[in-house]
Amino acid sequence: MGNVIGIGAAPKRKEDQRFLTGRGNYVSDIKRPGMTAGVFVRSPHGHAILRGIDKAAALASPGVIAVLTGDDVKADGLGSLPCGWGISDAKGVPMKEPPFPMLAQGKVRFVGDMVAFVVAETPEQANAGAELLNIDYEVLPSVIGVLEAVRPNAPQLFDDVPDNICCDWELGDKAAVESAFRRAAHVARLSLVNNRLIGNPMEPRAAIAEYEPGTDRFTLWTTSQFPHVVRFLMGALVLNIPQHKLRVVAPDVGGGFGVKQFHYGEEAVITWAAKRVKRPVKWVASRSEGYVSDRHGRDHVTEAELALDENGRFLAFRVNTLANMGGYLSTFGPNIPTNLYGPLLGGVYTTPAIYCNVKVVFTNTVPVDAYRGAGRPEATFVLERIVDVAAAEMGIDRVEIRRRNMIPKEAYPYQTPVLVQYDSGDPMGCLDGALEAADVKGFGVRKAASAGKGKFRGLGYSTYVEACGLAPSRFAGRLGARGGLYESATVRVHPTGQVTVMIGTHNHGQGHETTFAQIVSDKLGVAFENVDIVFGDTDRVQFGMGTYGSRSLVVGGAALSKATDKVIAKGKKIASHLLEAAEADIQFESGKFSVAGTDRMKTFEEIAGAAYVPHDYPLEVLEPGLEEQAYYDPVNFTYPGGCHIAEVEVDPETGTVTLVNYTAVDDVGTVINPMIVEGQLHGGIVQGVGQALFENAVYDEGSGQLLSGSLMDYCVPRADHMPMMKVATHATLCTHTPMGVKGCGEVGTIGSPAAVINAVVDALSHLGVTHVDMPATPNRIWRLLQNASLPVAAE
Amino acid sequence: MQISFTLNGRPTTVDVEPATLVAELLREQLNLTGTHIGCDTSQCGACVVHLDGLPVKSCTLLAPTLEGATLLTIEGLEGAPGSNRMHPMQEAFREHHGLQCGFCTPGMLMTAVALATEKKDLTEADVRHGLEGNICRCTGYQNIVVSVMAGAAAMNAAKGE
Repeated sequence: MGNVIGIGAAPKRKEDQRFLTGRGNYVSDIKRPGMTAGVFVRSPHGHAILRGIDKAAALASPGVIAVLTGDDVKADGLGSLPCGWGISDAKGVPMKEPPFPMLAQGKVRFVGDMVAFVVAETPEQANAGAELLNIDYEVLPSVIGVLEAVRPNAPQLFDDVPDNICCDWELGDKAAVESAFRRAAHVARLSLVNNRLIGNPMEPRAAIAEYEPGTDRFTLWTTSQFPHVVRFLMGALVLNIPQHKLRVVAPDVGGGFGVKQFHYGEEAVITWAAKRVKRPVKWVASRSEGYVSDRHGRDHVTEAELALDENGRFLAFRVNTLANMGGYLSTFGPNIPTNLYGPLLGGVYTTPAIYCNVKVVFTNTVPVDAYRGAGRPEATFVLERIVDVAAAEMGIDRVEIRRRNMIPKEAYPYQTPVLVQYDSGDPMGCLDGALEAADVKGFGVRKAASAGKGKFRGLGYSTYVEACGLAPSRFAGRLGARGGLYESATVRVHPTGQVTVMIGTHNHGQGHETTFAQIVSDKLGVAFENVDIVFGDTDRVQFGMGTYGSRSLVVGGAALSKATDKVIAKGKKIASHLLEAAEADIQFESGKFSVAGTDRMKTFEEIAGAAYVPHDYPLEVLEPGLEEQAYYDPVNFTYPGGCHIAEVEVDPETGTVTLVNYTAVDDVGTVINPMIVEGQLHGGIVQGVGQALFENAVYDEGSGQLLSGSLMDYCVPRADHMPMMKVATHATLCTHTPMGVKGCGEVGTIGSPAAVINAVVDALSHLGVTHVDMPATPNRIWRLLQNASLPVAAE
Repeated sequence: MQISFTLNGRPTTVDVEPATLVAELLREQLNLTGTHIGCDTSQCGACVVHLDGLPVKSCTLLAPTLEGATLLTIEGLEGAPGSNRMHPMQEAFREHHGLQCGFCTPGMLMTAVALATEKKDLTEADVRHGLEGNICRCTGYQNIVVSVMAGAAAMNAAKGE
């Protein structure tokens, strides 16, 4: 009999054994009998008319079984890839929503747009066949940047989307903001770019589909963060496959970060092809293919203005953003730069009036959608940067200006002027904790030491809040969500007392198999090793919305907690019968049902046994078995937040920025497993540091070619880019989730870019530098230093 | 063509197309899928194996180079005989939460074991530099670095016994 391992403990992870020994089960590891290989032929042009495709030579190539194109999709009457959110402008006019065909029809709109699918006996034969496809393109000029895309006479992606504007979205009280600006003692202004990112989970996307004619059932194995949503979107809206005839399996998935939370055309094409060729079809993306087809993230151009009174108090905040959507609307695309951006512009401050306008723009680039943080890092970056700009212009210390405007702990719940109401938080507590942990007092000495070596040292703060635990369905529905955002869990107690949990979230690195087992072990008093978590298979798990938006513990964990409570409630009824006591007198604690005030009790295992062998059992009023299911729909978002402090050293000779210290104190609510939470914070922070210092998706404006199309051109952080980070938590409990949890998956990525860039600007402020766009590469910094006519750099 | 080599301690002979990469041979023909392929430019390191005791990216090697060689993959990494434990480096990664999604993990482990074998007293800087050819997108490397140092210490201790 093993141990109960409860909430707050840090057991080693259940999932580790298979990964450490090379026995994980990723999609690319799977082989099916008679399997064929599929290869996608993608547009090499950013923008072109697709005049025709001659398949003959490809079809005659050795081993080629089928060549499928947009014409075949049309002939089979299949749908286009659906968008899960429909936003509207201020007048209620819905966004422009041109169809996103799974294989291009008539036109291609980005380099990587899928044009054909070649199925052959082997991947080599499929590639050879693909080379022989004769595709007639009439190349058109591409438009890449949002500023260029909305100019008059810019290339138009769609005939019925004038100026390439999908939606002109706004939020907040424009008149109140204008009036506050008229009263302002000072107005800080900032133009900035939020750089385009490519998520790069280490496992490239992959899929295998199989059709069984005997049962008329399809199975799709796919690298997805939300298999049930893929089943719904693909089955119901694209391929017209009834839900009960379609199984979607997302087994071990090698990282997601949002990149794998969309329904991709590849999944639909492969599933459709499997039935046409009557054999399983497998496709594994290369990394290069991922660069031009995995949905990208961020890509904003923003003008922000902050109005302040003479004491540095924020009166109003106005933000105008152009957000790049790429060539089509991806699953969550239009939601990210609007609903997950505007409502976060209040940050941790008491700014009374906020107005935000976002023009959502089509360009000839890979569709843009959620990437870790999704909208909230963009909001945090704008706000935390302009706060620093305002502080510098008004001669107020950067920490002091934050304190003057922060929401005090006592003011929660706090209603912001931009829709959301924060339930709990203590930004000042996080700030104080971080100042201490980062040894800010000793910064002057460290700066002097750096100066002695000819280096510029800077310190940067980011005090932020985010909204996660996506999402309250009713609220999300009002904002344009086309689906629910609840989660579900089933707790199956076996006759011998062990437990299997079926949950609709998806584990791809987050440690759910461990964290969720701790919750069950804690609540039911069952040994940790006697709890297994099942996820990622629509045939095994009842339903689910998957993992994204830091929702798994917040929403899925809540469903699990609720289902566990139902097991206990039924157990009490059984115990009441067996112990011949009133149900109200039965207590459940530490795995034992007992009659209050007596030593009469039944163990959890005895109750489970009685439920499945109901000889002495109240069959007239109670069903046998011990298995309960719960759906949980949150009443609000959760609002994790915190304070991040970055310390950098800039080498003026080379422009290289070195991150020398990093401190984060985050409020993620109740911590179930501190080891796992720390790991999530580390990983999130480094992705944010990647955005700030290294990562940038770069396109050639005229041709639409992606110039940063490999790991040799797109720099993700390496081990030697980072110092040891200090992370800690400072918890206030969420008031509306069952366990007080807030979510921790994205906080690192949300808080860190602003902290790092604020530190870089601080390091260079004596040269008159007031802003640095991301990524702060050596090249960019060196040029800045040249323009600043720095004596040392001019030598 | 036919090639013979020692794979995870066992003599192995396979028929292989000469243009096959070692990573593909392992995964597709020998069903050893612990060696992962994460890129196509030899940057990510998910495919690192030991060839005659040295760490190599198996996506850059053609199968015929294996003739007569000794190859160790993640599936062959083992703890002390009879100990019922994994290799000390694997144990250290579990102990210090040096993995999340697990995809880079086999390559990280193979590189880490080689680093620890090559140099006795690894510093943090040694480890960070030594892992430059292995990309992890989940952990932020911090717990990997801690794991490698702990695993190296455990390997040294075991050697001293």
